[in-house]
Amino acid sequence: MGAQLRVYKRRIRSVTATKKITKAMEMIAASRVVKAQRKVAASTPYATELTRAVTAVGTGSNTKHPLTTEADNPTRAAVLLLTSDRGLAGAFNSNAIKAAEQLTERLERDGKQVDTYIVGRRGVAHYNFRERKIAESFTGFTDEPSYADAKKVAAPLIEAIEKDTAEGGVDELHIVFTEFVSMMTQTALDARLLPLRLDEVAEEASPKGEILPLYDFEPSAEDVLDALLPRYVESRIYNALLQSAASKHAATRRAMKSATDNAGELINTLSRLANAARQAEITQEISEIVGGASALADATAGSDR
Amino acid sequence: MAAELHVELVAADRQVWSGEATLVVARTTSGDIGVMPGHQPLLGVLESGPVTIRTSDGGTVVAAVHGGFISFADNKLSLLAEIAELSDEIDIQRTERELERAKAEGDAAAERRADVRLRAAAAR
Repeated sequence: MGAQLRVYKRRIRSVTATKKITKAMEMIAASRVVKAQRKVAASTPYATELTRAVTAVGTGSNTKHPLTTEADNPTRAAVLLLTSDRGLAGAFNSNAIKAAEQLTERLERDGKQVDTYIVGRRGVAHYNFRERKIAESFTGFTDEPSYADAKKVAAPLIEAIEKDTAEGGVDELHIVFTEFVSMMTQTALDARLLPLRLDEVAEEASPKGEILPLYDFEPSAEDVLDALLPRYVESRIYNALLQSAASKHAATRRAMKSATDNAGELINTLSRLANAARQAEITQEISEIVGGASALADATAGSDR
Repeated sequence: MAAELHVELVAADRQVWSGEATLVVARTTSGDIGVMPGHQPLLGVLESGPVTIRTSDGGTVVAAVHGGFISFADNKLSLLAEIAELSDEIDIQRTERELERAKAEGDAAAERRADVRLRAAAAR
């Protein structure tokens, strides 16, 4: 076998192996997307009921709570950025990070100091590499977040918002995550979680504008709100974590699909080249034989004469 | 037929039970409360404890609920809990082991959780 042909064969073999791997990763990601979507669906009843309850307290009483009242002059804000632990997901992480950076810039322009909280190794690595300060980071559960993980993430944030700004607390809490729109579309977006805009929550709970009944609060409206709001924040963070996970798997699936397609294309091109190389070799061999034979024939013909 | 109320028992990550019932008893921070159809709209904070649901076909569903909320309006009752388990789902032996471990380690929260589970399982 000619040297060139051998090189082609070797490259085809290696690309085929890569293609097998990316194909497997694509299929794993596809099944995980479905699983993650199912988790999002399973968490929806709790989230809707909680939203309803928050609306009920918010509209049914004139209770003031640190989590619903806006500071007169907000000076510090917390940004929670949700990324993934692992890469190979196309632009998933860079989009989320970009959205967080834009939000941070906007907040800083408004004269607020920003504390960054990060979920996912990718985001942490990005910030560490640029030597930016991270208030707190959480890793190791982005593929399949559980409610306990959401609680863990929410705890320091709620603590920070309840503290006075002068003592290192924050006035606002923003979250940056990747919304799972569909299998093909996922968008990184930012949302203000706290202080809560009760009118917006109300709209979400009853888009038809139905009027909620006048509730009896047990033990009291303040206590109910006190207990409700942290749960509400946790459930929002849980939902965001789940959506991010679903988006990440969808992004991985797409990235791996194009990698598989590219590998297939490369294999095609390489086999054409290998075929051409083999044909060239054969042609050369034939012309060598024919040339040799005719030289021999010429020589014998010459000696006869 | 007696009046019914619709019950949704949901945990943070799943719907645990849903159906029609005639009576629901749950423990709020200010004491046990029983809700029957036609109750006035209510929103309360739940304590860790067993929740008893008397279903309209005469059966009883018991669940261990660890914190959460009860809300009732328009004959619809929602029980929201971070963690909720039906008594049938509770593995008594495992929970007993958990209780012992929690006692040994002095983990009050885990001890209470295990205790609530056992009580719910015992009420089955």
